[in-house]
Amino acid sequence: MELRGKKVIALGERDSVPGEAIAEVMRSVGAEVIEVRTECFV
Amino acid sequence: MDPENQALIKRIVDEQGGADIVVMLGAADAEAVEVAAETVRDGDPAWVGPLAGVQLGLPVMHIFEDDVKQQADAGVYEAQIGFFEMTLDIEGVKAAMRRARGEA
Repeated sequence: MELRGKKVIALGERDSVPGEAIAEVMRSVGAEVIEVRTECFV
Repeated sequence: MDPENQALIKRIVDEQGGADIVVMLGAADAEAVEVAAETVRDGDPAWVGPLAGVQLGLPVMHIFEDDVKQQADAGVYEAQIGFFEMTLDIEGVKAAMRRARGEA
């Protein structure tokens, strides 16, 4: 799927990849990051 | 997927519509990944959160998938994700995403 121009909801996880790391990668693709969350299961 | 994130996604789609929206996951647990993908496409399988019975049909991808990595800036990807690729079960996550999409 072409990600450039898409609106991305980044759902990270505290014990894995955090939301902000996903968001940085998505911005490098040319996607618009519209929400960033980092879930915590602890 | 926790009810808070379900509510967030539902609100965004209600306000903006689902066109061009992609959910990008970062969880490392294969089962959690599969459930999250199912939740934003077909609704909450546990029938407890705001997406119970709500079929948003949103596309879902995982940050570990090759299709995502190939489109990203290589330097940014390495800086942000490289460590996690070495320490987490990325093949398990990729397999979970294929199952969630009915490809495996």
